[in-house]
Amino acid sequence: MSTVTREDVEALVLSSLEELGAEADALSPTATFEDLDVDSLDLAELSQIVEEKYAVKLQGEDVAKLRTVEDAVNLIVERAAQ
Amino acid sequence: MTAAAITGIGAVTPLGVGVDALYAGWTGGRSGIVDGQGACLDFEPTDFLTRKEARRADRSSQLLLAAADEALAQAGWGAPGDELPYAPERVGSIIGSGIGGFITLTENHKAMLEGLPVSPLAIPLLMANGPTGQVALRRGLLGPSWGTVSACAAGAHAIASALRELRAGTVDAVVTGGTEAALVDLARAGFTAMTALSPTGQSRPFHVDRDGFVLAEGGAALVLEDPEKAKARGAEILGYVLGAGSSQDAHHLSAPTPDGSGASRAVTQSLADAGIAATDVDYINAHGTGTPLNDRSETGAMHLALGSHITQIPISSLKSAIGHTLGAAGAIEAVATIRALRDRVAPPTLNLDQPDPELDLLHVQGAPVPLRETNGRAPIALSTSFGFGGHNACIALGGS
Repeated sequence: MSTVTREDVEALVLSSLEELGAEADALSPTATFEDLDVDSLDLAELSQIVEEKYAVKLQGEDVAKLRTVEDAVNLIVERAAQ
Repeated sequence: MTAAAITGIGAVTPLGVGVDALYAGWTGGRSGIVDGQGACLDFEPTDFLTRKEARRADRSSQLLLAAADEALAQAGWGAPGDELPYAPERVGSIIGSGIGGFITLTENHKAMLEGLPVSPLAIPLLMANGPTGQVALRRGLLGPSWGTVSACAAGAHAIASALRELRAGTVDAVVTGGTEAALVDLARAGFTAMTALSPTGQSRPFHVDRDGFVLAEGGAALVLEDPEKAKARGAEILGYVLGAGSSQDAHHLSAPTPDGSGASRAVTQSLADAGIAATDVDYINAHGTGTPLNDRSETGAMHLALGSHITQIPISSLKSAIGHTLGAAGAIEAVATIRALRDRVAPPTLNLDQPDPELDLLHVQGAPVPLRETNGRAPIALSTSFGFGGHNACIALGGS
């Protein structure tokens, strides 16, 4: 999966979160999930989207540690490179 | 306390969004049935919910949340986020649903069969207690809370449970009601297979040519409060839940007792529970589904429970105007009945140009009729609900 770029991942995460109902104005890489009102069910949905797109599995414990959009992007990029 | 004060009512039905649309439509003789079903075509979820709230609620919850917003605003409880008039721990939530999130269930099952992911929202949205949890979450209601599940009696059982909880003193108020959104192929096919649905798509309760019920969706909510506490906070009391009765046929998986004896016990119990006599009943809002079996059994039940007085009580079925909303029906009918009691009228059964002569009841045909004079007291109505599985419920409602 060497073709996965950080920009692609960030764009996917941001668009997915908007699709899940987060306010577009509040979305940015540094936004926290708490501020975006993104909860564990949203992250489970995001994990499904990411798995579908990049064949990257985000497990429960990994996801539970995520605090910001950037955290999620970093984790996905890291896993995709493995 | 013996009766619960009703301080707010709300509804989303095939006749429109809001109680006014429901009541004006019904009393005006308008039907909400289009193409053989009762869909809430005027309902736009994002008029009430954010985009995120809407996608995280099955349609059954969306309908209920909109109805609850109307009911709670009328009760003077404001909007979501506003402070409650009682301690949150003293406010209950009890909502009925016949099936639960049927749309969510079928959509996710289809996705699974197609090899697509099942949503993490599938279970919390399809469970039958979902609407109760949703309204509690939206309003911060921390008191006793559960869903009632008794098929087409679920909405009435929710109101009965709310009354009991108030009487037990565990709450000061309860947000109650019923909701259903089951306009899905599986529901149509299932009800059709058991020959319960009208093949002609007409809702004609008590009609000689009635041929089944018309499937519909909708939601209704009522705010019930301890009457003394409602008065103390200056709330307008729209009416009262005077009593409730429930019973079980233990006769058949889906068919009612042919003579109505099963349902009659719920009616009799509701009278005793309300402390009223059969002769005190001024109007009956019938379950009246328009299936050959129900309307015959219900007629028998009314004669058994109310004796000779039944021939003097105007009776009608709201399902003639909106179809059968299953687990929402009891709540929607209670809401409509409260409005009728306030107006001192019995609304009509629509499409009843030729009543079945075997159903010897005092049908209201064509237009609303005034209720009889009740010197010194407000009028009293019964609202019946019967569900597959043998569940019967009857609510006694009083005007204010």
